[in-house]
Amino acid sequence: MALTISNIAMTAGFLLILIGLYGALTNRNILRMIVCFTVASTGVHVVLVAVGYLPGRTAPIMDAAVPVQEAAARIIDPVPQALVLTAIVIGVGITALMLAYAYKLYETKHTLDIGKYMELKW
Amino acid sequence: MIKRFLALLLLFGIGAIFITLLLGYTPDTELNLTARYYADHTAQDLGAANIITAIIVTYRGLDTLGEVTVLFLTAAIVGLVLAHNRQHSGAGQRELPPSGELLTTGSRLLVPLILLLGVYIFINGHLTPGGGFQGGAVIASAILLILLTEPTKRFSHRLIAALESISGLFFVVIGVFGIFLAGGFLDNRILPTGTVGALFSAGAIPIIYSFVGLKVGAEFSSMLANLSETEEP
Repeated sequence: MALTISNIAMTAGFLLILIGLYGALTNRNILRMIVCFTVASTGVHVVLVAVGYLPGRTAPIMDAAVPVQEAAARIIDPVPQALVLTAIVIGVGITALMLAYAYKLYETKHTLDIGKYMELKW
Repeated sequence: MIKRFLALLLLFGIGAIFITLLLGYTPDTELNLTARYYADHTAQDLGAANIITAIIVTYRGLDTLGEVTVLFLTAAIVGLVLAHNRQHSGAGQRELPPSGELLTTGSRLLVPLILLLGVYIFINGHLTPGGGFQGGAVIASAILLILLTEPTKRFSHRLIAALESISGLFFVVIGVFGIFLAGGFLDNRILPTGTVGALFSAGAIPIIYSFVGLKVGAEFSSMLANLSETEEP
């Protein structure tokens, strides 16, 4: 495996996903779990952007350095970037929802320890 | 202990999948068919310099409308979930220590500049790496700075809701204009596309993205206001 930019970025993204999942599975505190989920989703974003990267090319914005006629030969894939923009925005919304629910849970039991919530346990 | 072991086992499994994906991955050397179409046609057809903006606002405009709807739904649910304790905790506010001189003066200086930067980012969304979502987030960060300086400050929910619904309405109305004046829903060619790279170019893209920016800024601000208005029970 060559040490190219897209390989480094993809490895880092996969590592972030694993770190986030490990934290979400082992932590007991709901706030820490929420932070771990955001770390994992950042990892997914990094992997997606790395998939769209082509070696030696530049961002898909046309200006003096990237003339319109040469665009197809000079730019990287714009589709994953558009997808990641959407994913980031939805991720912010999901984080806000998780925080609001965490607040509601704290209000009912006065604790954020997930082990104290026994309602769904058998 | 057994739980931690199981978690590690699961992670090893997922990690093995990731490693196979990573070893089998070879980056493309050419753009694929979809990306090539966007690269070749964006400038001539839509007049936008930023291809990502063209994809988000025009080619996939309907998806963006859905995305903005999801965001609106999130803001509405956050408001709904946190609404109850606003009623009975309104009176008994606890005293907060005053925020420092640096924070107060700094936020007085920075808030207008941050707002200006947000507006700049979403007006130039078709030219620079920016756009409505980024600009809206920057505007909401100015609101966050105000809340940090003055945690008891209350924003008018009616104003935020009005701003949000009006920009959402204009977004859809401009999209419907596209059906009658151009090729279809959310087509940006209802206005002249102009020269690539000019501020007044790319048809309706800057206008739509400005409304998206206002809407996203209002939604994030309402989430921040709702979260800050919750008090210790």
